[in-house]
Amino acid sequence: MSGSSKEHIIKSYDDELTRLTGEIVRMGELSVSQLEAAIDVVERRDERAAQRVVGNDDAIDQLEQDISHDVVRLLALRAPMAGDLRNVFAALRIAADIERIGDYAANVAKRSIPLSMVAPVGPVGGLGYLAELAASEVREVLLAYRDRDAERAYQVWKDDVVLDEAYTGYFRQLLTYMMEDPRNITPCTHLLFMAKNIERIGDHATNIAENVWFQVTGEPLTKQRSKGDLTSNPEMTKLGE
Amino acid sequence: MTDSALATNPAQVAAASAVAPKLTVRDLHFYYNGFHALKGINMDIPEKKVTAIIGPSGCGKSTLLRIFNRIYAIYPKLEAKGEIVLDGENILDPRYSMNRLRGKVGMVFQKPVPFPMTIFENVAYGIRHHEKLSKADMTGRVEQALRSAALWDEVKDKLKQNALGLSGGQQQRLCIARAIALKPEVLLLDEPTSALDPIATGRIEQLVEELKNEFTIVIVTHNMQQAARCSDLTAFMYMGELIEFDGTEKIFTKPGKKQTEDYITGRFG
Repeated sequence: MSGSSKEHIIKSYDDELTRLTGEIVRMGELSVSQLEAAIDVVERRDERAAQRVVGNDDAIDQLEQDISHDVVRLLALRAPMAGDLRNVFAALRIAADIERIGDYAANVAKRSIPLSMVAPVGPVGGLGYLAELAASEVREVLLAYRDRDAERAYQVWKDDVVLDEAYTGYFRQLLTYMMEDPRNITPCTHLLFMAKNIERIGDHATNIAENVWFQVTGEPLTKQRSKGDLTSNPEMTKLGE
Repeated sequence: MTDSALATNPAQVAAASAVAPKLTVRDLHFYYNGFHALKGINMDIPEKKVTAIIGPSGCGKSTLLRIFNRIYAIYPKLEAKGEIVLDGENILDPRYSMNRLRGKVGMVFQKPVPFPMTIFENVAYGIRHHEKLSKADMTGRVEQALRSAALWDEVKDKLKQNALGLSGGQQQRLCIARAIALKPEVLLLDEPTSALDPIATGRIEQLVEELKNEFTIVIVTHNMQQAARCSDLTAFMYMGELIEFDGTEKIFTKPGKKQTEDYITGRFG
C-alpha cells in the first residue's frame, strides 16, 4: 500500500512531510538546471560561465544538508511509521542521489574549461543529446516522486536503457575520432569523461526510481532491467582492428 | 539496491508465526450487557513470543486480554462465546477450573497493585494459594521470581518491608514477580508501563525481552513505539474487530490494511 491520503491528527507533521517533498523536488530541479547550464557552457566554450556552474553546486550540497537535518528531526521528533517512515527514508536516499547528479553536472562544467582551450572537435554536439536524455529522466522521476507514482518511476527505470545505448554509441564515435587523428585524443578524452558523467546521472535517476517504487509499494524493485551501456564489453576493444 | 533492510522480512514473519500457537482464539464474541464488544475474533498466539495488541480506546483490546484468563467472569451480565484453546483445551468451557486457569495464565495490570503486606509476602501469597511449600522452598521460589523480574538486587535486603514503599516501577516489577512466581505459561500485560517513567518503562521492556524465553506474553499497549520495540507479532483492533495481525516489522513498515496504516501513522480521527 502506498501510505494514506488522510491528514495526520497533528497538522504540523503534515507540514513537515510536505516541506520535505518540496525540498527534494526543488533540489532535483536545481540539479537539472545545473546539467543544462553545464552543456550550455560546453557548447559556448565560456570559461567564466563554467566557473559559475561549478560554484552553484554548493547550493545543491546545502539543500542536501537541509534535507538530512529535516530527516533526522522527523525521525527523532515524529517517530514515523509505515508509509511515513518509507517517505522519510526515501527522501534521505533520494537527496543523496540528487547531490551526486549535481556533482556530475559540475564535473561536466569543469571539464568544459580545458576543452575550450583546444580546437573544437566534431562530436561535441553528441554530448547535448545525452544530456537531454538524462535531464528528461531526472525530470520525469521527480514528477513520479512528487506524485508518488510507482508506475511512472518504473517507466523511467526501464527507459534508462535509451541513455545507456546513446552513451555506447557516443563512446564508439569518440574512439573513431581518436583513431582517425591523434590530435583529437585530448578533447575526446575530456568528452568521454563528460559523457560518462551524464550516463551516471541516468543511473542515479534509476536509483531515485527504485526509491519511489519502494516508498509507494513497500517492496524493492527487483525486476530485471536491460543494460544499454556496452562500453565495458570486450567487443568494444576490437573497434579499431 | 539495498532497500530490503526496511522492506517486509517474510522470513521473520513466517518464523514468528510458524511457532506452534499457545493460545488459539476461534470465532470469539463478547457481550457487555448485550453490547457486542468483540466480533468474531480469530487469532493464533504463538508460544514464547511477545504478541502486542494495539488499537484506539474502546476497540476491545483490553477486553480480549481479560478473556484470556476469564477475569470478566467476576462481573455479572458479561458473556463470551466462541473458543479460546490453551494447550488443546477450551478455557471458556465452564468445566475448565478457574483456579487452574489462573495458575496457567498470569496477569499484570496498568497500575501496579501490590498487596498491603511485605515484599516477600506479596510474592509468596499467590504461591501459597496453589502449592504447599516448605519454608526453604518458598524462600527459594520467591527469590527466583524476584530475580526473574529483575527486582532481587534492589529488594533483597528489605524483603520484610511493606511493598507499598517501593517506587512505581519497582511495584510493577513486583507485580510481575508475583505473577511469574506461579510459573504460568502465559503472561498477560495490560498497559504495564502507562503509569511509569521512561527509565522504569525501559526496565519493564527489557524484562519482557528476557521473560519471553520462558513465557508466552500478550501485551496491550497504547504506546506504539513500545509495541514496535517489544513484540514479535502485533494485532491491530478496531471497534471490536481484529483488523490485522502480522509480524511486528511488517505492521510498522508496511501494514496490509489502510485502517492499520492510518492508526499507526497518527491519521485516525
